[in-house]
Amino acid sequence: MSTKTKNTLKKTKKIKKTVLVTGAAGSLSQQIINRLRDTYQIVAVDFRKLTYHSDDIPSYKIDFNKRGFEDLFKRYDFDSVIHLGRISSSEETRMSRYNANVLGTQKLLDLSHKYGINNVIVLSTYHVYGASPYNPALIDEKAPLKAAELTMDLVDSVELENLANIYLWRYPDLNITILRPCNIVGPGVKNTMSRLLSSRFAPTLIGFSPIMQFIHIDDMADAITLAHKKRIRGVYNVAPSDWISYQDALKHCGCSEIPIPSIPPVLPKLITSVLDLKMFPSYLVNYFKYPVVINGKTFNDTFGFKAKRPLKEILRTYKEIKE
Amino acid sequence: MSLKSFLKAKLVSKELSQQLDKIDKPVGSLGYDPWGFNTDTNKIVLSLFSNIYHKYFRVETKGIENVPDSGPVLIIANHSGQLPIDGTLIGYALANRKKAPRLPRAMIERFFPTVPFLGNFLNQVGAVLGDPDNCAKMLENGEAIVAFPEGIRGSGKLYKDRYQLQRFGNGFVHLAMKHNTPIIPVGVVGCEETIPAFADIKPLAKLLGIPYVPVAFPFVLPAKVILNFGKPINFSNEDLTEEQVTRRVEKVKSSINDLIAKGLEEREGIFQ
Repeated sequence: MSTKTKNTLKKTKKIKKTVLVTGAAGSLSQQIINRLRDTYQIVAVDFRKLTYHSDDIPSYKIDFNKRGFEDLFKRYDFDSVIHLGRISSSEETRMSRYNANVLGTQKLLDLSHKYGINNVIVLSTYHVYGASPYNPALIDEKAPLKAAELTMDLVDSVELENLANIYLWRYPDLNITILRPCNIVGPGVKNTMSRLLSSRFAPTLIGFSPIMQFIHIDDMADAITLAHKKRIRGVYNVAPSDWISYQDALKHCGCSEIPIPSIPPVLPKLITSVLDLKMFPSYLVNYFKYPVVINGKTFNDTFGFKAKRPLKEILRTYKEIKE
Repeated sequence: MSLKSFLKAKLVSKELSQQLDKIDKPVGSLGYDPWGFNTDTNKIVLSLFSNIYHKYFRVETKGIENVPDSGPVLIIANHSGQLPIDGTLIGYALANRKKAPRLPRAMIERFFPTVPFLGNFLNQVGAVLGDPDNCAKMLENGEAIVAFPEGIRGSGKLYKDRYQLQRFGNGFVHLAMKHNTPIIPVGVVGCEETIPAFADIKPLAKLLGIPYVPVAFPFVLPAKVILNFGKPINFSNEDLTEEQVTRRVEKVKSSINDLIAKGLEEREGIFQ
């Protein structure tokens, strides 16, 4: 390589803005990093494990609540933060989730404010709305977050949202965009729903088959990249305009049902607690009983987003991996 | 072949399928809408329901042309008979209307989603949880909605109270005013006699977490059903007190009472 080319590369590298991506060990982060790496300098962090992305992407395993976390903000001149590092409800204990998701996020937002970052994306979940028999369909962003009322295990998800919301209004300069996606599925995704669709046998509650929404991981990565690019603060549901019942989705994925008694309501919770299934945790039982259908229209209209992967294709992929 | 595809192939006639395909329903790529309506299940159920509608309950409709051909409309009726048979009959009547058939959405009581099988089944044939947000979104979509403002007070009442309208909720008039939607009153006669209940085992209902456990015949009786559709009632969108809204509700209630009286007069006998 000539000295001239080397200098040009160095120059390009210098003018690249830096993005902090949390939850770097997850497959969604990997997708985001792939989309942004050409235009941004990426710094990847995860509090679970150290992951290698490539030589030009510094990667750290770090606890957000430790003092060392601030050193990253001093070392790198972050322009924006994409906070995907939420421990999902099926991982870790309630206390460690609270520490990481709520206190860790608070630390992250405080540092973002302190170091003048003006673009923060926070990944939340549709779970915050809670699975109640009285849920209307097409829940809008203004609906109350009832998950904490229904199960203590989702308190951290709701608290994370509340916290992000407080910072959203208190520090408008942060330009916080909170995204509440429906079930993210697709290759590499290891959340509860993706585990269920990947397995040959999936539990169902006898007599219940709620309507569900699925977004492909590639579409979700596109949505996050778009939100990062456009910097429009606010809270947005992210979901395609396509729906299917849970049991029909299982059929499309080639899963056989394992029926679990559903009444009285305490029985399925007791059974799933005793079985302690990671892919069907007892505190998510209601999400397999009552629909939580969200309305993604505001995000679509505001950001000009449209999910590209058809539902049929998403489900067929899960069937194909079993064949 | 799935059970649903098998039943569809066996039961759904070409004519019915074509009739239902005429009705524009905004469903997703796999035949579901956000409220759980499913095109295939709906076709199968309507096919199965044909004999129940025509031969078992021998349903007679009058004034069905009062329901507008398109656009939002609230079809408000009296509620009776322990199970939501009345809503299903009104839905079938409109889906089979020769000119401009419609697939109305029935607003159901809040306890149905908690009942295994029944909740999902009702959703798949177009019924929706009776929630103001649901209703508002559907009216914005130009849907026809069947609602029973008496709720469980009407469906769970005992045989001795038949055809006595219970208290109406005011929500439907608020929605009609807000969304500039006409109200079609309907008097349902016959459903009171389909599952006559003589007592309600309240402690058992409480234990099971359902609104009522009727002491009733363990089967549905073949009472003749008459559905009288009234003329549209339009309310202007004004800033009214709740008392003034209640007066508008009473106007609808009174017109349903008249339609019930008309139906009872027309009926030659409970089972004739």
